[in-house]
Amino acid sequence: MRELKILAIIIVLVGITYWGIEPYAHSKMHPHHEPATFAYADLAALNLQGDAKKGATAIMNNGCTGCHSIKSQNIPAPMDPVSASASYGVNPPDLSNIAAVVDHKFLSNVIQDPVKAFKLAHKFNDKKPFPMPNFFGSKQDLADIVAYLVSIAPKEISPKEAFEVACGRCHNMRYDNWTVIGEKPKFKNDVEKAQFELKLAQYEENLKKYLGTTPPDLSMFIRSRGEEYIRDFVEDPQKILHGTAMPRVGLTKEATEKVVTYLEKVGDRKKDKRNALGPWVLLYFVIFAILAYLWKQKIWKDLH
Amino acid sequence: MAHFTKANSVHEWLDQRLAIDKLWKVLAAEYWIPKNINFLWAMGVVLMTMFTILVISGIFLLMYYKPDTKLAFDSVNYTIMQEVWFGWLWRHMHAVAASVVFLVIYIHMFTGIYYASYKRGREMIWISGMLLFVTFSAEAFSGYMLPWGQMSYWAAQVITNLFGGIPFIGDDLVVWIRGNFYVSDPTLTRFFMLHVLLMPLIIMAIIGLHFYSLRIPHVNNQDGEEIDFDAEAEKYKAGMKKEAKVIPFWPVFLSKDFFVLGVFMIFYFYLVFYHYDFAMDPINFDPANPMKTPPHIYPEWYFLWSYEVLRGFFFNVGPLSAMDMGLIAFGIANVIFFFLPWFDKNDEVAPAVRRSGGFAVWFWLLVVDMIILTIWGKLPPTGFNAYIGYVAAVGFLALWAALPAVTAGKKGLLWFVILTTLALYIAGYMEYTKSLGNGFVIVTLFVIFYLLFFLNPVMVKNRGGAR
Repeated sequence: MRELKILAIIIVLVGITYWGIEPYAHSKMHPHHEPATFAYADLAALNLQGDAKKGATAIMNNGCTGCHSIKSQNIPAPMDPVSASASYGVNPPDLSNIAAVVDHKFLSNVIQDPVKAFKLAHKFNDKKPFPMPNFFGSKQDLADIVAYLVSIAPKEISPKEAFEVACGRCHNMRYDNWTVIGEKPKFKNDVEKAQFELKLAQYEENLKKYLGTTPPDLSMFIRSRGEEYIRDFVEDPQKILHGTAMPRVGLTKEATEKVVTYLEKVGDRKKDKRNALGPWVLLYFVIFAILAYLWKQKIWKDLH
Repeated sequence: MAHFTKANSVHEWLDQRLAIDKLWKVLAAEYWIPKNINFLWAMGVVLMTMFTILVISGIFLLMYYKPDTKLAFDSVNYTIMQEVWFGWLWRHMHAVAASVVFLVIYIHMFTGIYYASYKRGREMIWISGMLLFVTFSAEAFSGYMLPWGQMSYWAAQVITNLFGGIPFIGDDLVVWIRGNFYVSDPTLTRFFMLHVLLMPLIIMAIIGLHFYSLRIPHVNNQDGEEIDFDAEAEKYKAGMKKEAKVIPFWPVFLSKDFFVLGVFMIFYFYLVFYHYDFAMDPINFDPANPMKTPPHIYPEWYFLWSYEVLRGFFFNVGPLSAMDMGLIAFGIANVIFFFLPWFDKNDEVAPAVRRSGGFAVWFWLLVVDMIILTIWGKLPPTGFNAYIGYVAAVGFLALWAALPAVTAGKKGLLWFVILTTLALYIAGYMEYTKSLGNGFVIVTLFVIFYLLFFLNPVMVKNRGGAR
C-alpha cells in the first residue's frame, strides 16, 4: 500500500511537470489559431458555367501559355526553368495538373487577381508588380479557362505529384532527390553533375532575390513542424507566419493531405516499422514484468 | 607462487586463477542490503540499465554519425534515421533514454534527500552521486549539440556564452571553449570528443566510485534504522531469513529490482515508440542556421530549473546587472546540492516526515519550488512570468539559507530568513512595477540575504544526533 502511495505521488508530480513544460508551455509559445477549413471564404465564387472547349482557345488568346507550359496537351514551356526564374523570380507552374490540387474557386480568383489570392499584397504593389498580371479578359473567358484546366486535370494524382505542383518549384526535398528545378538525375560524369549544380545554383539565387530568403528544404518538416502545423500553414501562410514571402497556394483539403502524406513518406519513412514493432517490444516487457513479479514473490515469501 | 592442482571443471579452473566464487560473494551473493526498503531503492539498478542502453545505442550511432557541421544533420536524420537497419530505433532509444535518465536521477536524488541518506557516513555516496549528476549534465549537453539542429546550435550559443559572465577571464574562456569566436565546426568536434570519449570515461569511473562508496556505510533503509550488517548477515546465512534485517543483493534484492525495471521499461519503450517529441524537440529537426534565431530558445527539460534561476533576476542590483545577479544564483544552484550534508545541521537519519523542526515542510517546498522553476523555465519570461520566476529563484536560494536554521531548530533565525525573503518578494514586485529603482533598499536586502545564505551553514552549530 505504501509503495502505491509513493508511486501515486511520483506520477502526480511528474504529470504536473510534464503538463507544464509540454502542452501548457507550447500553448503559450505558439498562439492558438483557427484550424484549416480550406473554404477560402474571403474569395468570391465565379458562378458562371464554363465551357472547356472554348477554354482551350481562351487560354491561348489570353496569353497564359506565353509563360505557362501545359505538357499534357503538348504545349511546351517557352523557357527553361533557370531562364524563367531569371525573368519572373520563380519558374511558372505547368498547368497540366493544376486543377487537380488547387481549389477551383481559388483558381478563378488567382487568374483574376494573383496578388490578392496569393495574399502577397505586402510584397507586391504598383511599384513592384507581381510577375503574373491581372486577368483583363471577360468573366466568361475566365470560367471557360477554369473549366478547361479542370477538364485536362487527372482525376487521381499521387502524393509526390501533388507536392511537385504545389511546393516543388520553391522547395527542395533533398532526402527524396527533388530539387527546385526537378528530379536530380543520375549523372554520367562530373561535367553533367557540375552543369546541373550550376543550373540549380542559378535558379536558387534568382529565387532568393525574388523572395528575399531561400525557402527551406522540406525533407524533415513532418518532424520539425508536424501535420497540424503544415495543414494550417498551407491553407494560409500569413495566418501562421505573418509577413512571410510564401504565397497562399490554394490547395484543396485532399491535395493538402497528399502533400502531408508525401512529407511523411520522406521525413518519417520508418513510421510504419516503428508502429509495427512497438506493440511487440511492449508485450515483451509486460511478460518480463509479470515473470519478474512471480519470481520476486517466490523469493520473498520466505522473508516475511 | 600458489600451488595449483588439476581443475575438474572450467568453473574450478577459473576459480583457482580468478577467485570467481569469492568475487561473486563479495559483489552479489553476500553483498547485504536492508530488507526494509520500497521500490525507490530500485532506482539505482534502473539508472544502471538506462546508462547501459545509452552506451550500447551510442556505440551503434557512433558507427554512422559524422562530426562535421556540413554532414552531422544528414548523417543523423537521413543516414541513421532512414538508411541504417534499425538506425531509427537506436536513435529514438538513445534520445529518449538521455531524457528519461534525468527523471530517474531526480527521483533517486530526492529519495536520498527524503530519507536523509547523505549523513552520518553516507556523505561520499551523496557527493559521488552529485558528481554523476554534473557529469551526466555535461554528457547530455554535449550530446544535444551533435545532431546540429537549430536548438543544438542555439543552446550551445547561449550556454557557452554564459561563461563570458565570469570576471576577467570570461571572454577568453568562451573562445577557448568554442574553439572559435562563435559556435562552429571546432565547437562541434570538441563536444563530440567530450560526448563519446572523455565524459563517458569519467562517468564510468565515478559510477565505480559511487558503488564503492556504498560499501562501508551500507545502503540506508526506509526507517533510517541503524543496522549491524555483520550480525544480521550471520542470521540470514544461518537460515533465519525472517528475522534477519538484511537480504543479499543477488538474488533477493535484484528479484525485486527486475520487477520494477520491467514496469519502468514498459513506460520507457512506450515513450520510444509513441511519445518521443518531449525528448526530441521538433525544432531540432530544422538544420542549424546561425542567421536565424528561433523565437524561443530553451534547454532540455532537466536543465530548466537552473535555467530559470538564471533568468529569474530581471533587475539590476547596485553595481550588478540583472545578468550578473542571475549568473551568481545560477552558479550557486549548480553546486549547492553538493553541500547538502553540511547545510543539514542535524545528524538524525529518518524519513523527512519523522524528522524534527519541519524538515518535511522544507523538503516539499523544495520539490514544489523546483517544479515551478522547471515550468516557468520554459514559458516565455514576459509580463508577470518574470516576477514568478524571480519568486521561485529567490525561493530556491532562500530554502538553502533556511536549511541550517530548520535542521538545527533555530526558530528565530528561521524567521529572520523568512522575513528577509518576504521583503525581497515585496521589493521584487516593486521592481516589477518600476516603483523601487536600483537604490539603497534593494542592495541592502540582497546583502542581508546573501549574508544569511553564506553564514548560516558556517555559523549554525550542528545539533548532533537527535535520535
